[in-house]
Amino acid sequence: MESLPETLPALPTVWFWAVAVLWIGYLFLEGFDLGVGMLMKLFARGEQERRVLLNTIGPVWDGNEVWLLTAGGATFAAFPHWYASLFSALYLPLTLTLVALIFRAVAFEYRGKIHSDRWRAGWDWAIALGSGVAAFCVGAMLALTTTGLPLDANGDRVGGPFAWLNGYAVLGGLAVVAFALVHGLAFMALKTDGDIRSRAHAAFVRWLPAGVLPLAAWAVAVQLGTGAWYSWALTAAAVVAAATAWALGRRGSEGRAFIAVALFLVAGAAGIFTAVFPVVLPSTIDPANSLTIANASSSDYTLGLMTVVALVGLPLVIAYQAWTYWVFRRRLTVGSIPTAHSVVPATVRRLVTGSPAGGS
Amino acid sequence: MDAVEIARWQFGVTTVYHFMMVPLTIGLGLVVAIMQTMWHRTGRAEYLRMTKFWGKLFLINFIMGVATGIVQEFQFGMAWSEYSRFVGDVFGAPLAMEALLAFFVESTFLGLWIFGWKQLRPGLHLAALWAAVLGSVVSAYFIIVANSWMQHPVGVTVVDGRPVMTDAWAVFTNNTALVAFPHTLMGALGVAGAFLLGIAWYHLWQRRHDGIDTVGEDGRVVVGEAPDVPGRDRTDHTVWLRSLRIGAVVAMISFAGTGITGDLQGKLMFEQQPMKMAAAEAACHDGTGFSVLSIGNVGARDCDDIVAVIELPGLLSFLAKGDFTTEVKGVNSLLDEYRGQYGASLPDNPRYGERAGSEVQYVPVMEVTYWGFRMMIGFGGLAALAAAVALYATRRGTVPRSRWLMRLAVVGILAPFGANAAGWIFTEMGRQPFVVAPNPAMAGSVDQVFMFTAAAVSPGVSSGEILTSLVVLTAIYAALMVVEVRLLVTYVRGGVASAMPGLAPAQHKDDDDASGGKPADDVLAFAY
Repeated sequence: MESLPETLPALPTVWFWAVAVLWIGYLFLEGFDLGVGMLMKLFARGEQERRVLLNTIGPVWDGNEVWLLTAGGATFAAFPHWYASLFSALYLPLTLTLVALIFRAVAFEYRGKIHSDRWRAGWDWAIALGSGVAAFCVGAMLALTTTGLPLDANGDRVGGPFAWLNGYAVLGGLAVVAFALVHGLAFMALKTDGDIRSRAHAAFVRWLPAGVLPLAAWAVAVQLGTGAWYSWALTAAAVVAAATAWALGRRGSEGRAFIAVALFLVAGAAGIFTAVFPVVLPSTIDPANSLTIANASSSDYTLGLMTVVALVGLPLVIAYQAWTYWVFRRRLTVGSIPTAHSVVPATVRRLVTGSPAGGS
Repeated sequence: MDAVEIARWQFGVTTVYHFMMVPLTIGLGLVVAIMQTMWHRTGRAEYLRMTKFWGKLFLINFIMGVATGIVQEFQFGMAWSEYSRFVGDVFGAPLAMEALLAFFVESTFLGLWIFGWKQLRPGLHLAALWAAVLGSVVSAYFIIVANSWMQHPVGVTVVDGRPVMTDAWAVFTNNTALVAFPHTLMGALGVAGAFLLGIAWYHLWQRRHDGIDTVGEDGRVVVGEAPDVPGRDRTDHTVWLRSLRIGAVVAMISFAGTGITGDLQGKLMFEQQPMKMAAAEAACHDGTGFSVLSIGNVGARDCDDIVAVIELPGLLSFLAKGDFTTEVKGVNSLLDEYRGQYGASLPDNPRYGERAGSEVQYVPVMEVTYWGFRMMIGFGGLAALAAAVALYATRRGTVPRSRWLMRLAVVGILAPFGANAAGWIFTEMGRQPFVVAPNPAMAGSVDQVFMFTAAAVSPGVSSGEILTSLVVLTAIYAALMVVEVRLLVTYVRGGVASAMPGLAPAQHKDDDDASGGKPADDVLAFAY
């Protein structure tokens, strides 16, 4: 790895962290709704429980997903070369991500719209698989942008459509899937009551070590490559947070355990971003081809404009999204779910004679 | 087909599809927000029912817009990485702002609206809907700003061969965007108008068909009710009649609005992209006449094959300049100008792949531009005409018994969709061969910016990869279209009761209970 430049450009540095914050925000928020999505198949027993799970994230999942769009859009605006190289190099996995996100989104809205078991079962698979595949692909993408892709001097992928596929991609994919699952369990323990709540909490405690392990491994792998003492410190803090979450979970503190798991994510991801800074996308062919905050960024004028917009916009987003969670803070149980109803045509059923049954 | 062709097909398919959902979201969202506002102010049952019913259809459509919108944001980087690198300094900003300032508002507040019927005070609940709807309008503005920069690049200087933003105000108040934005909103209203009109007509017709409503001696409607059918009471008639009239008025406003903004846009386009407008006319030679009908060989890009059959003298000059005498340049003279300014052939540069050094086709595919332009106006006009007829036909309170007229009204829902799609296909294909069209006002300047579409695709991505995603996305989109239409039809047939299961047969007491039989306090007002 080349040594850091003497002076780092100020605004690209700011935007490196802004993009990092957006990705961490995405993993934190969509983390639990991707997890809940997968748990629709892995955890819920029966239709009523599935509906409880679904409705814990019902009002918020779409807002969570916009963090992904914003992370992508901000990368485009602030680091066009990063956006172009990363997204084109990962063409097929991102296509798969899109397919997963399309099915998942449509499934949330359409699942309850027709009163039929077959209809619902199909969409359940769309939610569970869509969540799992999206989590895996996003994790793979983030792992690869921190560990490198075979890029030529123009920033284009060298090798075939699968030149990106390596151990880091799999590790990153597993990291986000596993984290989302335990994060989702912690979220469900907070958002439900009764049997689901206690089962979710027990599963959370049982699976927590496995759930954090791949993400911790990815973080350590990055630290071994380019870590400094402070990024190692963040990684260590992440491990401490995970251990704390486990201890708190065993004592039955659902809220604090949830926060501790979130801190694990924040510290772990921050440690990864800190370690790779100022490189945004290393080239595994030649370090000279690596994209950095200096050679991948937009002009200071554009970054300045975006800084003003983000300083106004992002606090507002955080405020009204937090308020949404407050509005829908109540725990759900099987009893809170209204009965499903079928939709029948509003037409008068005709008698054998053909005369209208309704009317006068 | 090479990667450029496949990537263009993909962008075209995914964007036109996405833009089926978008105008309905924007237009219907505004209409539903107004309906709920009326309910909030008057407390009248019909407005609540209208809010619930049209709101349900709005949501069934909205989610498809969300799902297909993600593709839009990703595919610039995936398939068009050279484009993204070239324009990123200017083009990325409106996209990021769209996500940060519009999508967050839209998605978060819509979630609050869908699930918040009980949790939020009525005023706050209404405000949540307005916030979501305005979010979608703001998102349209940002994406139009981005698109308008491709049509008419402004506010930049060229550094190291790439445009760099120097004047954000110029980018965000690009005159192209300032007319395209209201034009798009008006087009969206047209979609909502015909949607309301067709569906409301169906229900009024069904009520007559079922013998619920009859027509008296004086020709006026005699409203009845069917106690056995959920929701088919007297209020139900008001719901549909008022919906139909709102739809008709909205469709006519839309046509007038798209006409006015479209005229402004046309006059700008004659300056900014004269070749697009000449191709819209299939106007080969300089002149003043607007072609009503021209014929030529299919696929002709050679102007000599095209014969103007019917022409209105002076009208083209009016569309372009506002008078009847100024000569408007035709394709032939423009072709020489474009070749002179931007080169007769693509540069001999490896980024153009096999196309390097080949001749540039400055004339867009004229069948598309010519007919796209006419379909846009024609479908829009058809919807407005239908709206006027519908207002007249329902002046005595219901629709005629004709099944064919009802079918026509339902099929007519498609007309404004066609107009919207045709307009976008026209303006995007008319911009070819450029992905960023040159701004003629900058001709000869060192800061002149343009990019050929042939140079915009991702060099590292194989055509096989793009073909894979094209096939996969097209197949999924087709399947989901079937699902969406099936759901819409089911909910439309169900009438208001499909969105308000509380409207049990022969039960008129409460109009505000959507929980379906479990009125207990701890049951959610709405759940997936």
